[in-house]
Amino acid sequence: MKTKRISLAVATAVAAFATGAAQAQVSDNVVRIGVLTDMSGAYSDLAGQGTVVAANMAVEDFIAKQKPNFKIEVVSADHQNKGDIASNKAREWFDRDKVDIVTELVTTSTALAVQKVAKEKNKLVLMSGPASTRITNEDCNDVTVHWTYDTYAVANGTAKAVTKQGGKTWFFLTADYAFGHSLEKDATDVVNGNGGKVLGSVRHPFPGSDFSSYLLKAQASGAQVIGLANAGTDTTNSIKQAAEFGITPKQSLAGLLMFITDIHSLGLKSTQGMYLTEGFYWDLNEETRAWSKRFFERHKRMPTMVQAGEYSSVLHYLNAVKAAGTDDTQKVMAQMKKTPVNDFFAKNGKIREDGRMVHDMYLLQVKKPEESKYPWDYYNVRATIPAAEAFQPLALSKCPLVKK
Amino acid sequence: MTVNKNIGFAALFLLGLLAPVLIYPVLVMKVLCFALFACAFNLLLGYTGLLSFGHAAFFGLAAYAAGHALKVWELPTLVGLVFGTVSAAALGWLFGLLAIRRQGIYFAMITLALAQMVFFFLMQSSFTGGEDGLQGVPRGTLFGLDLADDMTLYYVVFIICAAAFWLIYRTINSPFGQVLKAIRENEPRAISLGYDVGRYKLLAFVLSAGLAGLAGATKMLVFTFASLTDAHWHMSGEVVLMTILGGMGTVLGPVVGAGVIVSLQSELADKVGSLVTVIMGAIFVICVMAFRRGIVGEAMALYRRMVGEKV
Repeated sequence: MKTKRISLAVATAVAAFATGAAQAQVSDNVVRIGVLTDMSGAYSDLAGQGTVVAANMAVEDFIAKQKPNFKIEVVSADHQNKGDIASNKAREWFDRDKVDIVTELVTTSTALAVQKVAKEKNKLVLMSGPASTRITNEDCNDVTVHWTYDTYAVANGTAKAVTKQGGKTWFFLTADYAFGHSLEKDATDVVNGNGGKVLGSVRHPFPGSDFSSYLLKAQASGAQVIGLANAGTDTTNSIKQAAEFGITPKQSLAGLLMFITDIHSLGLKSTQGMYLTEGFYWDLNEETRAWSKRFFERHKRMPTMVQAGEYSSVLHYLNAVKAAGTDDTQKVMAQMKKTPVNDFFAKNGKIREDGRMVHDMYLLQVKKPEESKYPWDYYNVRATIPAAEAFQPLALSKCPLVKK
Repeated sequence: MTVNKNIGFAALFLLGLLAPVLIYPVLVMKVLCFALFACAFNLLLGYTGLLSFGHAAFFGLAAYAAGHALKVWELPTLVGLVFGTVSAAALGWLFGLLAIRRQGIYFAMITLALAQMVFFFLMQSSFTGGEDGLQGVPRGTLFGLDLADDMTLYYVVFIICAAAFWLIYRTINSPFGQVLKAIRENEPRAISLGYDVGRYKLLAFVLSAGLAGLAGATKMLVFTFASLTDAHWHMSGEVVLMTILGGMGTVLGPVVGAGVIVSLQSELADKVGSLVTVIMGAIFVICVMAFRRGIVGEAMALYRRMVGEKV
């Protein structure tokens, strides 16, 4: 009796394995990918329509190479940077439109909202755009992967590398709200830990427009490096005004959260010499150039790290669906975590148990106008920050999923 | 006319009961919450003639207060909603005390300034989670019903909103409401008739703030989070848009306005992308230029013209 049962179980297992390998068990035979992003607001430049282009490219490349026996559809929506619209859209997609996965989600408040919805509905989320480390700490869950960067990686990467390269004295210009405070605190720890010294900091209201008095304080401090612990228009405005005051290039600026689109809109004249950290630069090597040129043909702009990360995450997901032979949430997640991420965006990237995708980050310095030879030639790559150092170590994680 | 009205309300009630079967329930809940918000606002703008530009403060504060009560203090859902509503009403009382001393544009500016202070308070405080918002609030249970189920929650939200609409309707048609309308039409005359105008205005303001708070707390329950969007001045602007588009000073105008705006925001999100804000702006301009009485106001005027009734 017992042997009979075992053999039956074996037979079932073998049968299941065989069918699984032979044909994909994808629900209703369509994998639907939702791109939920900011199409009209402050982040539409660095994410927006470009991420939809990137997602479509990933789907086309996957179909051309893997010839899957299931269909793939991409849907997209504008969350207008509002948590309730994002949450509503995600629920609707999961409940009504049979969307399997939501991606992108620039703006942390929308990301956190959708993360909860996805957990409730047991669906996957791949986040390329949002910045907060909360996503993989206090709010982490087993259906979320945070792909491209986070505040820890960009702030600490810059602070550490700049301090090591001789920028020993720092002064922080900090946006006066939780995000600015946490950027400043993280960066301060890193500067102190690497033999640097923080001479002081000044907090400006958020959002600010006139930074003159704060910049003069920073100038008077005589610090070698002025760390910008702010984001978006606050950062671009403080950079413009720093150039007008003649602070740069005598003192150098370090942007703790910046994107290539910020450099593009500010121009090299006012940004030259700045240090920043990004997860991707289009002009790194042959592979990134080849992909980015394809992207440029369709979007008329070079990709940001968020857009490149979107491609990478969608492709990794599709490969996992094919390899697992199913679109079942937990099975695909297990497959994604098991397989290293290898494409033009990341080399041997790995998804940790807290949902953080760790990969190399790049310390970049903005070129002088005369060094820039062709359009979008903006950065000198100063250092590659290895994946193991770039992101918050698991030992410091506040994520309950991490076993210590 | 009264018979017609009653039939109309009964039909609406029935429509509300059936709506979640036909349309996605979370969207209908959102429409209901904003409809309540706009109705509360209309009580002030349409019936008392006070343009408040700070109603997002009540909406947002109540969402945070209720969320904090449910998530951190782990109070029952009903207590959380009441707490949110009462906090908003208390804030309304404070705002009202200061603001009703002035009229017109000054009144609007004072409410805007006070609301901005509330916004910065919410952004800076640690309990609100700053710009990330207060996330992952449990919906809990109500009278043994599990609110995690969207359908169950829908009927709870529907009953809350229907009760609040009824309250607003009763208020408008009560002697108190008559006095409010008198103040709207001619304030000096209302004073000369012996009414304590300041007290009436303050009471209307508190009532409106409290109901706006109820809308905010209910919306928080639907989406299980509160964020700065709720308290941002854009939200104060949006509710003005909803009320004017639907028809201010009409009972159903704000409901229609909220329905149009919310469903446009949601349905256009994946169709036109960045054009959403442009379309909203265009609608507002067309509304103000071409049909100033709003959708419901124009429809009622048309109906009256057709039956030849005198206004």
